[in-house]
Amino acid sequence: MASWIPLWLHKLGSPPTFYRFAGALRPWAMGLALLLGAIGLYGGLVLAPPDYQQGDAYRIIFIHVPSAWMSMFVYAVMGVSGFIALVWRMKLAEVVAMESAPIGAAFTFITLVTGSLWGKPMWGTWWTWDARLTSELVLLFLYLGVIGLYHAFEDRRQGARAASFLAIIGVINVPIVHYSVTWWNTLHQGSTVNIFGHSKMAWDMLWPLLLMTLATKAYYVASLCRRARTDILALEGGKDWVRRIAEDEATP
Amino acid sequence: MSGASLPQACAAMLRRDLTLAWRRRGDLAMPVLYAVIVAVLFPFALGPDLALLQRIAAGVVLVTVLLAMLLALDAMFASDIEDGSLEQLVLSPQPLAPMLGMKILAHWLATALPLIVVSPLLAGMLHLPAAAMPALLLALLLATPLLSLLGAVLVALTVGTRRSGMLLALMLLPLCVPVVIFAAGAVAAAQQGLPWLAPVAWLAAALILAVVLAPLACAAALRIALDS
Repeated sequence: MASWIPLWLHKLGSPPTFYRFAGALRPWAMGLALLLGAIGLYGGLVLAPPDYQQGDAYRIIFIHVPSAWMSMFVYAVMGVSGFIALVWRMKLAEVVAMESAPIGAAFTFITLVTGSLWGKPMWGTWWTWDARLTSELVLLFLYLGVIGLYHAFEDRRQGARAASFLAIIGVINVPIVHYSVTWWNTLHQGSTVNIFGHSKMAWDMLWPLLLMTLATKAYYVASLCRRARTDILALEGGKDWVRRIAEDEATP
Repeated sequence: MSGASLPQACAAMLRRDLTLAWRRRGDLAMPVLYAVIVAVLFPFALGPDLALLQRIAAGVVLVTVLLAMLLALDAMFASDIEDGSLEQLVLSPQPLAPMLGMKILAHWLATALPLIVVSPLLAGMLHLPAAAMPALLLALLLATPLLSLLGAVLVALTVGTRRSGMLLALMLLPLCVPVVIFAAGAVAAAQQGLPWLAPVAWLAAALILAVVLAPLACAAALRIALDS
């Protein structure tokens, strides 16, 4: 009945098909990201009421928490596609894993910076060595290690496989980041938003946060599409289909 | 074709690597000298205040040993790559993981053991109380093989690259954080007269896990890095 779905997925694994698919998907994802981001930021910065305790300073949550979720989500994507790259040697999985790393590193960096900006007025310190902050910092170093290892190799595909392996080793850190506030007694608060249960947050504040989460996801998809397209062109440089694209774009 | 059994092959591998290390025993002294010099720098940088040195002694010794091991890690497969014997090892009929495990063991015996032997001296220079010494030694005995095993996986990954020194540090140090935390936690607890067995037990558990998994991961990483 729905036999076209696996067939389509298999075709999507081939670089030319993915190149076209990513090119078509990218503007929609970017548009969705901008739209949701604009609504979410308006809702968070203007419509949502000030917090009874933190006043307006809590509003950085609308950047901090979505970035933090993305820093872990992107790492998970990188780990899974790295696993696929190592087991089935799919070129596309290598591309997705390696092009996810800089995006994830950027989200992790944003998380750390916004968290430290938030920490100064609320905790009275920019930085403290508690479990959540330290494990997030380790996550950033893991991203940087993966990026560094990828670029240390002459052969890009070999570099991608080695870096995928490192990414898989580092996956162990993701649950540590997530559960650090539960396992240790930390200065960082526990999780307020619960997808499957009752969130300890007013709806007026929650809906912009959820929109921002979707916006960052859409941005990740858009950014990944763009980066993967460029990377695929570079990897497949000598192939016919790339030459045809180059010729098409060269003719005025 | 020699039909050597696995234990024989392991013993031969261990003997070969230890012989090679012993023939160049000048190199073996380098990490130890490095650790001594780094530890000596701390009292100069922080001032010879007894209370301060006592408080940081264990941490300084741990980090110094970690850095000295990091410097020595690079050499784990370097000579074998140069003369091609690592490729021969990968092609040999013996399973790769136990062979690499023996190489890691030889490397640990050659670099980490001298560091552990000299660590009471370092700790003494920084005035670590004698009561905390057993905890420090036990923590080092468990933490250094962990670092060797973790490091071996990463060294294997960087085997095919041109310059790997700083990259190795960037990759290894984040993975070392838990090891340092538990080792330092054990010594700190011992220094305050608290029970310090729990963090040591964590280290031991992690070591057991690493002994089983790291040689396998090291073999997989080596195959990736050599496959071109």
